[in-house]
Amino acid sequence: MAVTVKTFASASEAAGAISSDRSARYLAGGTLVMRALNEGDVSISTIVRASDQALTRIDASGPRILLGAGVTFARILAERDLAFLHAPARSIGGPAVRNMGTVGGNLFAPNPYGDFTVALLALDATVAVQGGFGTRDIPIEEFLQARDRQAGTLVLSVSCTRPGSTDAFRYRKIARIKPKGGSVITLAAHLPISGGRIAGARIALGSMAPTQVRARAAERALEGRSLDAATIAAAASAANEGTSPSDNALGSAWYRREIVGVHLRRLLSGQE
Amino acid sequence: MSKIPLQFRHNGRDVAIFVDGGTNLLVALRELIGDMTPKFGCGQGGCGTCSVLIDGELHLSCLTLAETVSGRSVETLDGMKQGPNLHPLQRAFADNFAAQCGYCTPGMLMAAKALLDRNPSPSRDEVVEAISGNICRCTGYEPIINAILAAAGGRVSA
Repeated sequence: MAVTVKTFASASEAAGAISSDRSARYLAGGTLVMRALNEGDVSISTIVRASDQALTRIDASGPRILLGAGVTFARILAERDLAFLHAPARSIGGPAVRNMGTVGGNLFAPNPYGDFTVALLALDATVAVQGGFGTRDIPIEEFLQARDRQAGTLVLSVSCTRPGSTDAFRYRKIARIKPKGGSVITLAAHLPISGGRIAGARIALGSMAPTQVRARAAERALEGRSLDAATIAAAASAANEGTSPSDNALGSAWYRREIVGVHLRRLLSGQE
Repeated sequence: MSKIPLQFRHNGRDVAIFVDGGTNLLVALRELIGDMTPKFGCGQGGCGTCSVLIDGELHLSCLTLAETVSGRSVETLDGMKQGPNLHPLQRAFADNFAAQCGYCTPGMLMAAKALLDRNPSPSRDEVVEAISGNICRCTGYEPIINAILAAAGGRVSA
């Protein structure tokens, strides 16, 4: 079935077009929307695009970096200033998918995808969206919890914390096939250290719940402590709290629950 | 619903076609232009056999909305031929038994070309990474990796 394609020069016009039409979907890199069309998804009757340069902007100068929603993973990998995001960007797809897939689209990628969003969740990201109500900034957790209801809004950009040191941000995607494979689970940890103690730990997990989630019990086990063996063991044993993984072709819910603590321990101890 | 006019460069030649809204580039290439070299595999971005170069960058044509290539340059395996001669990468694939059923080969060759255009002497790991989005169910990948390394090193019989 043919669909109507509407291309706008500005992001706000595109946002207006998707907020006023339930059957409209915003097309960025195409890895989600074109796939849905190829599979015969008849709920999409209009595709909205925007050629707005603001959507591909990168500002890596401040303590919080800003990525336009249309920034591709290949562009992140080409930016030396974004080295801390290279591991999550490289863990996505093969080169062609990284040339196409975008930061904004990844926020909507269902399990077992959405690995980059796991990193953004650990880095306390804020999502700037535009809908019928105008523009607003939403904490990424709130955005993910209401992801199904975000269809009528356009993501403009994502901003996140730049970790203070290379050691303060860690990322690991567990896949059965290397270098490219779907995620069994994905883990990201932001561990700011102040006076030898962890202050403001954030641990994010992918494929451990319907959307990416924080491991809050593990975060509590780390807070205010030094990253020693006892603390790491306490965090690892709390990794499952609040998770609700499901079975899929890449792994069972049981297996995910079994391995999440093991991989969190390895991530926190800096093991390969 | 009205058709959308679309012009782009296809393997160095200007083409003009009319597409339906929502048509992907793979369908446009195969059904409207008649270039059968990019293959339909999964339609989901998982297999890589529809890979083409858009302005020199590797893309999956099945996940590319056709009208987004307006005014751009699209290169497919069909553009690799040089008169009666095989491209060095094709020669290397033949010499190294890198094609068995051949279904992945168009995508593998485009992924390899995307790599060698940017990095003429890649390491083995870089070759593995470059074809990581392309699935082959026959060869076990080793002959393909060897072929790309052979083409990069110029160790290809003419």
